[in-house]
Parts: sequence; C-alpha cells; structure tokens
Amino acid sequence: MDWLRALLDTITNPVFYRLTLSSATPLLFAALGGLFSEKTGVTNIALEGIMLLGAFFGILGSAFTGNPWIGVLLAMVAGLGLASLHAWASIRFCADQIVSATALILLAQGLTGFLLEPIFGQPGSTHIFNRVPEVRLTFLGKDTFLYKMIGTLSPFVYIAFALVIVTWILINKTRLGLRMRAVGENPEAADTLGINVFKIRYFGVMMSGILAGLGGAFLSVGELGQFSENMTGGKGFIALAALILGNWSPVGAMWASLLFGVAQALNEQLQSNPILSIPSTTKPLFNLLPFVITLIVVGGFVGRTRSPAASGTPYEKRG
Amino acid sequence: MPFHIPEPSEYPHYAVVMKGIVKQFPTVLANDHVDLYVRAGEIHAIVGENGAGKSTLMNLLYGLYTPDAGKIHINGKETLIKGPAEAIKAGIGMVHQHFMLVGPLTIAENIVLGEEPLDSWRFFDLKAAKKRVRELSETYGLHVDVDMRIEDIPVGTQQRVEILKTLYRGANILILDEPTAVLTPQEADELFVVLRNLTDKGKTIIFITHKLNEVMAISDNVTVMRLGKVTGRIPISETSPRQLANMMVGREVLLRVEKAEKKAGEAVLAVNGLHVKDNRGLEAVKDLSFTVHQGEILGIAGVAGNGQTELIEAIAGLRKKEKGKIELCGKDITHSSPRDIRELGLSHIPEDRYKHGLVKEFPVYYNILLGRHYLPPFSKNGFLRHKQVYERAKFLIKQFDVRPPSILMLAENLSGGNQQKMVVGREIDYQPRCMLVAQPTRGLDIGAIEYIHRTLIGLRDAGVGLLLVSMELEEIFSLSDRILIMFEGEFMGEAKPGEITLEEIGLAMAGTPLAEVRKTEAASAGKSETTRVES
Amino acid sequence: MSKGWQRIFIPLMAVVIALAIASVIILFIAEVPGPSTGNLWNDFWNQIGVRFSFLGRAFQAMFEGAFGSQFAWMNTVIRMTPLILTGLAVGFGFRAGVFNIGAEGQMAMGALMATIVAVNIPGLPMFVAIPVCMLTGMLAGGVWAGIAGFLKAKTGAHEVISTIMLNWIASNITNWAVTAPFATGSGTPKSPEIAVGAKLPILFSIEATFLSYGIIVAVLVAFVMYIILYKTSMGYEVKAVGFNPYAAEYGGIQVSKNLIMTMAISGALAGLAGTLESMGLYYRFYGTLTSGKGFDGISIALIGQNHPLGIIFASMLISGLRTGSNQMQFIGVPKHIVTIIQSIIIFLVAAERMVRTIMGWDRKKKVKDGLAKSAS
Repeated sequence: MDWLRALLDTITNPVFYRLTLSSATPLLFAALGGLFSEKTGVTNIALEGIMLLGAFFGILGSAFTGNPWIGVLLAMVAGLGLASLHAWASIRFCADQIVSATALILLAQGLTGFLLEPIFGQPGSTHIFNRVPEVRLTFLGKDTFLYKMIGTLSPFVYIAFALVIVTWILINKTRLGLRMRAVGENPEAADTLGINVFKIRYFGVMMSGILAGLGGAFLSVGELGQFSENMTGGKGFIALAALILGNWSPVGAMWASLLFGVAQALNEQLQSNPILSIPSTTKPLFNLLPFVITLIVVGGFVGRTRSPAASGTPYEKRG
Repeated sequence: MPFHIPEPSEYPHYAVVMKGIVKQFPTVLANDHVDLYVRAGEIHAIVGENGAGKSTLMNLLYGLYTPDAGKIHINGKETLIKGPAEAIKAGIGMVHQHFMLVGPLTIAENIVLGEEPLDSWRFFDLKAAKKRVRELSETYGLHVDVDMRIEDIPVGTQQRVEILKTLYRGANILILDEPTAVLTPQEADELFVVLRNLTDKGKTIIFITHKLNEVMAISDNVTVMRLGKVTGRIPISETSPRQLANMMVGREVLLRVEKAEKKAGEAVLAVNGLHVKDNRGLEAVKDLSFTVHQGEILGIAGVAGNGQTELIEAIAGLRKKEKGKIELCGKDITHSSPRDIRELGLSHIPEDRYKHGLVKEFPVYYNILLGRHYLPPFSKNGFLRHKQVYERAKFLIKQFDVRPPSILMLAENLSGGNQQKMVVGREIDYQPRCMLVAQPTRGLDIGAIEYIHRTLIGLRDAGVGLLLVSMELEEIFSLSDRILIMFEGEFMGEAKPGEITLEEIGLAMAGTPLAEVRKTEAASAGKSETTRVES
Repeated sequence: MSKGWQRIFIPLMAVVIALAIASVIILFIAEVPGPSTGNLWNDFWNQIGVRFSFLGRAFQAMFEGAFGSQFAWMNTVIRMTPLILTGLAVGFGFRAGVFNIGAEGQMAMGALMATIVAVNIPGLPMFVAIPVCMLTGMLAGGVWAGIAGFLKAKTGAHEVISTIMLNWIASNITNWAVTAPFATGSGTPKSPEIAVGAKLPILFSIEATFLSYGIIVAVLVAFVMYIILYKTSMGYEVKAVGFNPYAAEYGGIQVSKNLIMTMAISGALAGLAGTLESMGLYYRFYGTLTSGKGFDGISIALIGQNHPLGIIFASMLISGLRTGSNQMQFIGVPKHIVTIIQSIIIFLVAAERMVRTIMGWDRKKKVKDGLAKSAS
C-alpha cells in the first residue's frame, strides 16, 4: 500500500514531470546524434565519451569566460572534435567502429580526468560555475501546477525537442536526408549515382558529435554548473538503447528518451519519498534500474526494429 | 561486310570509342590495349568468359576505375572520366549486374537519387520527382508504380527501375552488365523489346553477356574478349554462335559433358510436403515433395530467388522447416542439426562459397578440416591431430588440382576457381551418399567448369544421389537426369532433359505449369516448330 | 615485412605513438614557468628546457615506479595477475568474434561471490577451500557474461551494449553489498575478511608486500588457453565462429551455443581475476577492487593480438604503466595519463590501417582488395 501511495504521491507532483523532461533531454540529444551517425551507416557507441568531453568543455568555457553559452559552444566543438576522430578512423581507415569508439570513450575519460586537476586545481569534480539560466514562464503564475512542471525548464529542453522536428524534416524532406538514408542503406548504389559517400558519412558522424556534445553540455553547464569525473554514467549507452527502441526515427527516439526519463524521475522521486523512507544503503539497488531497463530494451527489441542496413560496415571505394 | 574500324575523322558517328585501354591489377592484366568502337544508335554486345575483362572495361567507361593508359572518345569528343558523376554528365548510364537500388526507398526516390528536384523552399520535391518519373516511364514504355518500395517489387521491375535511373539522368549510352542473368527467357525477350524501343529513340546500348544466343538475338555488332584482349569484332549478320564461342575460348568448346545412361537406384533423399520461410518471414518453399535416387542427378531449374536457396538450406539443416518431412537414406532428418545430417552422409557444395563454404582467414588445411574437425582420424579426445590433417589436405589438393598446391596458404589468397575446387574436394572426401550441389560453377572459367562437371558425373556414376541447383540452364540440361522447374517456391513440372524445349522450360520458369504449357502447345501444334535441346 | 612480423609490429608502433602523444600532453601541462629574463627568446628556450626536463623526470619516475627496484618489480607483477586474466578474457572473446567489454563487471561479480563463500567457510582446509572459492568466482563471472552471450545468440542484442549495462548493474550490486548486507567496519565500504583456508599461499614477499601464487595460476591459465586455441577442436570451433559464423554453421558447428560458451568462458576468466584479487591480495572485497582492471583487458588483448603469450607481455606493459603512474602522480602528472595512453593504443590498433599507411604498407593491401573485387 505504501508503494501505491508513494507512486500516487509522485505522479501528482509537478516536480516528477519536470524531472522527466530534464532526464530525457541529454538522452534525446545523444539519441538524435546517434541517429545522424547511424542513418549514414556508421555506428557510434562513442556517444558516452562525446557527452563526457562535452560536459567537461562546457564547464571549462563557463569557468574561463563566465559565460555559460560560450561553454555550450566549446562543448559542441569538443564533441565535433572527438566525433571527427571516430569518423576519420572508421571512414578513411575502415577501422572496427566498435573498438575505435571504445577507445574514444576511454580517451574522453582519461582526458577529462587528466585535465581536471591541472586546470581546476582539484581531482574528482570542479567548483560550481555559471550555468545556463532557466527559461522562466512567469506568465503561468508562480504557484500553479503548470509553472512548477514546465515553468523553470532549461532552454536545453526546448532546444532538444525543437531538434526532433528539425531532424525529422532534414531526414524526410530534404535532399540531404534522402541521400543520408541511401548511403546508410546501400552506399555502393549511392556511389554509382555520384553521391559522395564519404562526405555524407563524415557529415553524419560529425553531427552526432555536435549533438552529443550538446547533451553533455546540458549535464554540466545546463543543469549543475559543475563537472565531475565520469558524470555521464552510462547515459550515452542508454541513448543508444533509446535509438533502437525508437526504431531509428527522430520521433521514436523522443518517445523512447521520455520513457527512460520517466524511469529516471520515478527512481529519484521514489527514493526520496518520505512515505517509503528508503535507507541510503539500498539506493544503489534503485540506481541500477535504468540499466536493467536498457538491457531489456536492447535484448528484446533488436531485430524487431530495423537498423539502417549498412550501419557498422565500412565502405571501400573500388579501383 | 567485315567490321569497320573507324578513322578518327569518323569518331563523331560513334557513341563510344575506347582506344588502347590498359588496366593492370596486381596479378592480372585485366585490359591489355583494348579498343572498342560502338556506333551511335546500335546495340553492341561484348562477350567473353568470366575474367575476360569485359566488366573491367565497362567499369572504366563508367568511371568506377581509372585506366592506366588509353583514351576514351564520347560522341567524337575525347573525354576524361574520373568518376561516375562525370560519366553521367557525358551521357553514360550503367545498369549493374547486381542492382544498385536502395531497398527501403520508393521507386521514385531511387530514380531521382543524386539529382533530386527541389521546390522553391529548396526542400526535396517528391511530387515533382514522381511526375518526372511517370513521364519517363510513359515515354519509353517502362511501366512502374512510382510509390512502391524497391524491396517489395520483383526483379524484373527492379531492372526497369535501373534503366529508368539512367534515362532520368539523360543517358544516351546505356551499359547493361549481364542483364538477363536474373530473368526468365520470356522476361529477357521483354527486355529485348525495351532495348529495341530505346535504340529506335536514338539511344546506344552496350550489352555485356556470356550467353551467345542472346548476342545473336539482339545485337548489331559484337566485340569478343579473352584474357583481357579483344579477340574479334564482327557484325552479327556474319557470324555464328560456334564462331563466337571459338573466339571466346580460343579452342573448340565441349558444350556437352559425356554422360552414360544409368539406371537410378534406391531413394537417398526424400522430401515430403516441405514448407520453408525466407529471411523476411515470407513463405519461400511451398509444399514441395520430391525424391533423389542413388546414381542420379536431379536438377532444379529456375530463376534466382524462387526459393532454391531456402530449399537447399532447409535440407542441409541450416534453415528452420515450417512443415513437412525430410528423409535421408530412410532416416528422418527434418529436425536434425547440420552436424547430424552430415554424419548421415549428406554433403553440400554451397551456393555462396565465401559466405558458407570456407573461412577465408583459415589456411587451406584448416578449411579441408571444416565439418570433420571433431572426428577421427583428425581429432582424438578433443585434440586436433595436425599430422593426419596435413596429410589429408596434401592428398586432396593434389587430387583436385588446387593451385598453388600449398596447404598453408590462406584460403582468401586462392583464386575463385581454386577455392571452389577446394570446397568440392572436401565435400567429395566425405564420401557422401547424397550431395546438395548449388551453383557449382558460378564465376569459374571454362577449364574449371569442365573439371567440376566431370567430377559430379563421376560421383553420380559411383552411385551418389545429387540434387543440383543452377541458374545456368545449360548446366542443368547437360548434367541432370531429371529436371524439376521451380517458380515462387513451387514446382511447375518435371521433365527429362531430352524431352523438353528451352521455350517450354522458360514458360515454366515464369510460372506456367508445364502441363498447361504443353496443352496450349498441343492446341497450336503445327503452327510453329520448336527446337529440341539434345541431351 | 611479413604478415607475421606486422602483427607484432603494429601494436608496438601503437604503443610508441601513444607514448609520444602522451609526452606532448605532459609537456603542455608541466606547471613550471621558468624565471622571466625579460627576453622573449630566452624565456621561450627556458620554457622548452624546463618542460623537457619535467617530461624526463616524469618518465624516469614512471620507469622507476614500475621496474626500478625489486619492490617496484614486485608491485608490477602483483598487478599483472588480474591483468593477464582480464586480457585473456577479452582476447578469448575477440577470437570468437565477440567484444566482451564487460570484464570489469564480471570481475566484480566473481570477486564478490567468491568472497561471500570464502568468508563463510572457516575451518575448511586449504585444498578444499581454494578450489571451491575459485570455482565460485569463475561461475559467477561466467554466468554474468553468459547473460550477454545468451542475449546475443537469442535476440541479436549487441554484446557491447549489454555487457556495459551489466557492468553498471554489477557495480551497483557490489556497492550495495558492501554498504549494506555484507558490510563490515567503517571507512571504505568493504566485506569481512575471508577465512584463513581460502587465502592463497604466498610465493614471495618483501616486508609487508607479498606476491601470492595467483600469478602462477594466471600464467597456467594462459598456457591452457594456448592449448585450447591451437591444439583442440574446441579452439578450432571458436576461431571458425569468430571468423565466419555462416561457414561454421555450415560445417556443423552450433554457433549460438558457441557464442554463449565463449562469453561464459570469457566471463569466467574475468571472474577468476577478481577472485584472485580477493583471495591473494586484499583478503576481502572492496568496492574499488576492480578499479578499471577489466577495461585494461581490452588494450592488453589488442596489444597482445589475442595470443596468450602476447597477452602476458602486454599485461606486463600495462601493469608497468599503471604502477609507474603512481610514482608519476607524485611529481604532478595525473595518473589518468595511462588511460589516455591506452585509449590511443586501442584506437590505433582498431584503425590499424592508419599505422599501415604511416609505414607505407597499405599500398599492397589496397591493391589486393581491388583484385578481389574485380574477380568477384
């Protein structure tokens, strides 16, 4: 009974919805990033590392200039940089995309951990710096349910959801989108029509870097104003699961990210719910829930949804 | 009138002139000073065996490769073609042997890909795309439903889409690489009508093939290639299939394999009411029943993709069976594993040797071991006995003339023919009682084909039952004792090779049951003479 | 240069390039501004000099920390024990065509389960306790990896994503175990000490530092792995599945069974790595027991080219870098530099054509591809 009451308590609380949206946001950025890459035929499991690097450079920009938006810009550039390495290895050198991406995740972990102390003077995590201010919808009335729900969201949330529409239009309604789909499904066919497969793939992977970098920036300068070591905590992989669950479509990825957001928000709210009074020592057991869900999604939905046919296979030009 | 070799001043009347083309691959001189003259508005055939260099030549013309030497003139103008984009600009279109289509996209999207119409907002204009494609398809009589997805349409239609693709790009010169390989004889005839239609409208067509009857039926002039060189060029009105075959091979060809009459023995493989699904979950084999006897070759004729692959894989235990029963030498193997089926005496020359037949990263002796790695004398108590393996591998390589004769060489470094000989050798060395033989000679040169055909006949004479699947009608006719014709997962009829005509088998391959074919024939008897194919 | 030599040379080149890049990074972070002389030119050269001498000291510290003394050697060898096993775990997976990135979680689960058993069997004689605990750890690691193998075989879920998820789940479970039901004492979350009978005997010790027989076990496992891979029909099957699962199935090898088994064996090796850490080094379970040793297995396997002997050498290299980096940390180079070095090595081995291109070997390879394509 306590559980039911706690659950009811949670879902009638506007904070739950706010948390859902903000937990879904970084996943959505990364999932859209993954979509760009996979649509053109390159798997990118380095999202996790790109997000981490983005989070770090986001704070770095904010710390040095005082302007969090410069941090956001820097995060995008950093994400782009790391993704370019992935693109270079997997497109130019036909590297094993999974192994090379793993290397880049490690690189991001090593680099952020390494630079943390020399730059910020302390290991583990940084101080708190300026973060991107929330968009306050005061016209909703300060104490209304709606205001507590969506009145104080980060602009990142709006950007992420707007990007769903932009991505959908780009993929389905533009020439570039048509070409991306063709390259991801049958690069040889696209090549014979004079489409530059390499260029399109570079574009896809680099976009994934910018978007996942944004997702990382949200975690640091968007939400906390702080960077801590390995703060992405598997979100890049959960985003991949959202992409699979969403059947490689922008709208599908949005719903899947929201589902993971709900799981995360429920988890946090139930843990701190006074009715249940859960001891702090059992919290790790709650925290493993998103990973179990991801495992089930990946185990249960692969094969039922359809990935771009050429995803993960390098393309070699003949002659 | 012999073939006219034009002077440079005549080049403007020629759609394509290729002069002194050289293309060297590391171990093969694929094109050795090749000249090609294609007059504007003609259908020009290029014939040659596998590996003669005809595809290389066309890939050079289409810019997929760059030549090491030589010049290309398009409509009299010397043109440098660095890539497909420039070939398209020069008015060249190519229909590849393996279609270059994107499955989940629609016909219209596939056709306009790379040169998409845009609307005033610079977005992709699907409406305009569809309109343009419909116009084209009406102009040239190539009917397609523009909204269908490629993965849902039959092969013949896909080929039309490929031709429309080149026309959409304004191609005046069309290259078709083995266009009839995937078609029934009747579909091929339809294609020829389309091609004639196109030349009537001023297009030039270059047609690559190794089927001589097609050359005779459709082309105006022919260029013959062998081992990277041109061995002859001649107007079609002045040549015969036999002469072309001589130029292709460089010697008299044995078009038939010697084969003694033989009485079939007991049943070794009995299939009853078999149902199998393909990878997309669609029924590919529908209620098939047949029996293979000792000492006979049962051939299955049919156009690729009519369920032959699924049938063979199901018998070999590589694919799930939905319904039905399979018996091997009297034992039920319907639900047995590939290993158990092998142990009962079934061996299998797979359709795709790269995918199923060998591990290219393994050396030859490890490949010889595949399937027997756990059996004595090659294995004892779970340990491999390398000495026995080496000896067996050396013996087989010698017996089956695999070159170079090194058992330590990685399989990927062998040529296609030698890889196939290795696979055939291994499968025969099982001493099977029944053998599945799928596309045994695909991509091989004539020497290797003859060798493998003789080996298969030898097995049959030794009392093995063979089930042969081939897309080459000639192979089916010359090897089989009985022929079953397969269409969309069903048999259209059974015949002996001496008792059926090419025309009949073609109609059956296109989906008319053989009995009906013969009924209509009987009705119109006397009207037309049909040529019997000798066995 | 022959193919065989290239196999050894490429990872070595990768290591050299990685060290070179790491040196550049160290040059940049050296926090030693030279005294200003007012002359830009002189300042510049001062800076260069100071930075290079810092780099020199950093590498000296690393080398001394890893191999500079008997004590350093011992630390390196102690750390090699789990690294050989996680390297074998990942390498065995690679041989069968699966990428077990979850050695970290399997190691943790193996160590936790073995420790739970080892704590609860006081009085059991050594010759029973030790094998029982080792088998428990291997079983736990094997089952944990087997889940990913099962999912891959049955539903096609990519093992990289599933093993990473299993890593996070394992890390949460083990953290919970040593903070709640299985906790003891205060401070760092840890389990109670294991029974005396379950402690591995000591091979060699200097003062308070000791090396257990665990290293012998690890080397023996490497030897067994060699025999399996190269001398048995099981090894033949594993390699065939890894290279070409379709041909393997055609040859009567059960691919899905092989996949699950390979993952389970791989996980069992990682589980054993954790178990030996508990039984031979810490005598208990800590939340930080694994501390990246599972991930180290990836670079070790790649450097060692998935060959047991290569893996032993590679684990000595990585172990040396790890122990040496502790010394480096004292003079101001964060030990994360080792993670950076490893990531570059993995990257270069994955994109081995990059190295080939640098060495000018790629031309031949490309030409051969062209040939294969033209023949098909």
